Amino acid sequence: MDKTAKILKKPFTMTIIAILCGFLVAGIILSIAGYPPFHSLSVLIQGVFSGPKHISNVIIKSTPLILTGIGVAFAFKTGLFNIGAEGQFIMGCVASTTVGIVCDFPAVIQIPLVLAAGVIAGAVFGGLVGFLKARFGIHEVLTSIMFNWIALYFSNWICNLERFHKPDTIGTYPVNESSYTMILGKWKTTKEGKEALLSSDFLKDTILKTDVNAGFIAAIILAVLVSFLLYKTTKGFELRAVGANRYAAEFTGINVNRNILHSMVISGGICGLAAAFYITGNSPHGIATLAAFENTGFNALGVCLIAGSSPVGCIFAGLLFGGLLYGGQSLQYEVGAPSEIINIVIGVIVFFVALTHIIPPLVERFSKGGKKHAK
Amino acid sequence: MAGASSEYAVQMHGITKSFGSFYALQDMELNVKKGSIHSLLGENGAGKSTLMNILYGLYQADEGEILIDGKKVDIKNPNVAIEHGIGMVHQHFMLVDDFTVTQNIILGNETTSHAGFVDMKKARKQILEIVDKYGLEVEPDAKVSDISVGMQQRVEILKALYRGAQLLILDEPTAVLTPQEIEDLISIMNNLVKDGKAIIIITHKLKEIKASSDTCTIIRRGKYIDTIPVKDVTENELATLMVGHEVNLVVDKTPAKPGEVVFEIQNLVVKNDRKLDAVKGLDLKVRRGEIVGIAGIDGNGQKELIEAVNCLAPVVSGSILINGKHIENTSPRRVIDSGVSTIPEDRQKRGLVLDFTVNENAVLEQYRTAPFSEKGILNKKEMEAFTKKLIKEYDVRPEDCGPKRAGGLSGGNQQKVIIGREIAMNPDLLIAVQPTRGLDVGAIETVHKTLIRERDKGKAVLLISFELDEVMNVSDTIAVIYDGKIQDTFAQGTVDENTIGLLMAGGKNHG
Repeated sequence: MDKTAKILKKPFTMTIIAILCGFLVAGIILSIAGYPPFHSLSVLIQGVFSGPKHISNVIIKSTPLILTGIGVAFAFKTGLFNIGAEGQFIMGCVASTTVGIVCDFPAVIQIPLVLAAGVIAGAVFGGLVGFLKARFGIHEVLTSIMFNWIALYFSNWICNLERFHKPDTIGTYPVNESSYTMILGKWKTTKEGKEALLSSDFLKDTILKTDVNAGFIAAIILAVLVSFLLYKTTKGFELRAVGANRYAAEFTGINVNRNILHSMVISGGICGLAAAFYITGNSPHGIATLAAFENTGFNALGVCLIAGSSPVGCIFAGLLFGGLLYGGQSLQYEVGAPSEIINIVIGVIVFFVALTHIIPPLVERFSKGGKKHAK
Repeated sequence: MAGASSEYAVQMHGITKSFGSFYALQDMELNVKKGSIHSLLGENGAGKSTLMNILYGLYQADEGEILIDGKKVDIKNPNVAIEHGIGMVHQHFMLVDDFTVTQNIILGNETTSHAGFVDMKKARKQILEIVDKYGLEVEPDAKVSDISVGMQQRVEILKALYRGAQLLILDEPTAVLTPQEIEDLISIMNNLVKDGKAIIIITHKLKEIKASSDTCTIIRRGKYIDTIPVKDVTENELATLMVGHEVNLVVDKTPAKPGEVVFEIQNLVVKNDRKLDAVKGLDLKVRRGEIVGIAGIDGNGQKELIEAVNCLAPVVSGSILINGKHIENTSPRRVIDSGVSTIPEDRQKRGLVLDFTVNENAVLEQYRTAPFSEKGILNKKEMEAFTKKLIKEYDVRPEDCGPKRAGGLSGGNQQKVIIGREIAMNPDLLIAVQPTRGLDVGAIETVHKTLIRERDKGKAVLLISFELDEVMNVSDTIAVIYDGKIQDTFAQGTVDENTIGLLMAGGKNHG
C-alpha cells in the first residue's frame, strides 16, 4: 500500500492520470454526441502513430509549441506569468520574415541572421513587459495581453506593406531560400536527392514528404541549456530566488527589478526563436494577415502547465499537444467528429493537471484508511 | 487521574495523535477546572497546539476521550466544539479587516429579525452587554483595520463569548501585546473566571504564567509531564520542567569592552508606507564590542529604521554611517558588502526563500563569491559542505535537512539557519530584529549566547526587540525608542523596568 501511495504521489504519475482522465472525458463527450468513442480514439491514435510520416508531422507541429513552452516555463520558474508569449511569437515571426525577405546572404550568414532577428524581436517585446513591471510595477499579465494585440495588428500592417505583400494572397512573400532550416531542404528538391530518398520508404516518408526541420533539435538543446541556466548558474539562482520570494531576494542583496527584466527578455527571446524556426522551417515561410490569434503562444501556456514548468518536460508535453492537434484532423475526416473535440481533450487534461494537487491528500486518506483496517 | 466530574470544564484522557510515524501526542492528560485559568506550557513543537486543535475539533485524536461537564463528547469539527461552549482565539487573528467590530463579531452567527434581515441594533446591544460585564473595551463601529492589536484580540474574545463560550482557549495571547495591554488582558481573564468560565492559555512565557494562571500543565515532546498549582513553583522550576533539564534564565555575560564607533545614525528621517514620517530625526551610535538594544513598542519606527539601514526604504534626510562610510540610499548589496548583516524580523518573508533548499538558503548572500560559484557556475558541493558546517555549529534539526525545503523546518530551526548565515558573513555590525520571536526557552538561550559571543569577538551588535526583558537582559546599552526618536539611552544596570516602560509609552524621564 505504501509503495503504491508513493508512486501515486509522484508528479509524473499524476500527469499520466490527468492525461488518461482527459481521454476518458473526451470519450464520454464523443458518445453523448453520438460518435463511437473507442473507434474515434483509436482513429486519433492511429492518426499519430500509423506511419513515420505522421510522426514526422507531429514533431513539426510540436516544435513551436515546445519552444514557446520552454519560454513560458522559464518565466514561470522566475515567478512571472508570461501570457504574452503569443505576442512575442508574432513579433518574432514578423522580424524573421522581414529580415529573411530583405536580406539574401549565403545560408551560413543568412540563417543565423534570420534566427537572431526573431530572437531579438521576441526579447525586446518581452523585455518591454519586464521593464514596465520593474520600473512602474504594472502587472505583466495586463501589459502582455495588450501587447499581444499590438503584435497582431503590427503583424497585419507589415503584411500589407507593398514591399512585403505578395499580390493576390493574404500573406507576404516567402523568405529567401537561403534562410530555410529544413533538414536537407534544398537537396531533396534536386533530382538525385529525390531518387536517393525515394529508395527508402522510411526516408521518403519522414524527410521527403514533410517539412522536417532543425527546430526540434534546437528545442531539445534549448531545454537542456535552460535547465542548466536555471539550476547550475548564479544567474539562475538569482532568477529563481526572485521568483520564489522577491522580498527575501531583495533583502539579501539581489537586484529584483533587474532580474525581472532579464527573465522577460530571455523568455521573450525564446518565444522569438520559436517563431524564427517556424518561419524558416515551415511553408509558406512568411506571415499571413491574421483575423485572430493562431494560439501558438497560448497553447504554450498549456504545454508549460502539463510539463509542470520543467523545460525538459516541455518537450514531452509539447509532443502530446502537437500529437493531439495533428491527430484531431484525422478524427475530423475519418469519423466526422468536429476537431474541436481535441480542444476539449486538451482542456480537460490541463484541468486535471491543475487538479493533481488534490491527489496527494486523497492518496494519504486512502492509505490511512487501509492502515486502520490492518489494525 | 481525575475521575469524571462536573467540577471540571473539560477533561481530556489518554489522548494520542500521530502524523505518519511521528507521535505528536502520547497518552496526554488535561483537566481544567471551572472558574480557573489553566496554562499549557511546553516548548515549540511539544504538542500544545495539536492538543488544543483536537479539543477544538480541528484534528481528531487517534485514541482517548474528551469529557465536557463530565459528559463524554465526540468533537468532530469546530461547530460541535462551539456548540459545547468552547471558543478559541488563534495566535493569528481571523478577522475581516474591512468589517466593523460588530460585523466581525456576529459574522457566521448573525442575529436576524423575523424577515431574515440582520438585526444590527439587537446584535450591538447584546455585544455591549458582554463588553460591560467583563470590561472588554472595544469600539463597536470602528473598522478592524483601524483598531489596535490589543483591541483586535478583545474582538476575538468577544466573538467567542457571543457564541456562548464557557471555555476559552487562548493561543499565545501575549505575543503581540505591549506590557500595558498584557495587564489589561490578565484583568479581563480574571473577570471571566470570576463568572465561572474556564480559560486555557497556550504559552511559553513563564512570567505571564506566574502572573495569570492558577494551574499549569506541562507537556514535553507530546508527553504529559505534570500538572501543578502555579503559586507553588518558581519560574526556574517551570522552565526546568518544560525543557527537561536546568536552564539559565538570566543571561550570563561579562562586562562589555566597547571600542570605537562602528555604526552611526545622524538625524535620520524615514517615511512609512503611508508616506508619513515614521522615523523623525533619530540619532544612534553602536561601538565595537557592545550590544545596543532598542526597547520600544511595535510601530514606533523600528521597522522603518531597519528598512532604511538595509536600503529597502528611502532615507528622506539624515545619514547612516558604517565605519565612517555613508550607506544611506545605496543598495541592499552595498550595505551587505560594507559589513552589515541583519537577522530580519520576518524570517519567512525576508529571511528565507522557503521553496529553496536549506543549502541554497545558507548561501543566499554569498552565492556569487568563491568557493560557492566560479565564473557564474554554482558549486553545489561547496554549498553543501558549508551548510553541513552551519547545521552542526548551530544544531539545526533535522541534521540531514541540507537538500530539503527550508519551508519544512520548524520556526526555531529556520531562525538558526538565518543566524548562522548572517554570522558567517563576518560582519562589522550585526543587527538582530526580534531574533527570538516565537522561539522556546532553550532556543532563546542559544540566540542570546550567540549575540554575546559575537560581541566578545569585537563586533558591534544592534538588537531590536519588543520584549523588554530581552533588551534589558542582553544589551550593554539600552536605547528607548518612542514616536520615531530615541528618547534616552542608559547603561545596563543603571535603570529599572518602570522607567523604561514609561519612556516606551511616551512619558518623560525625570530621573
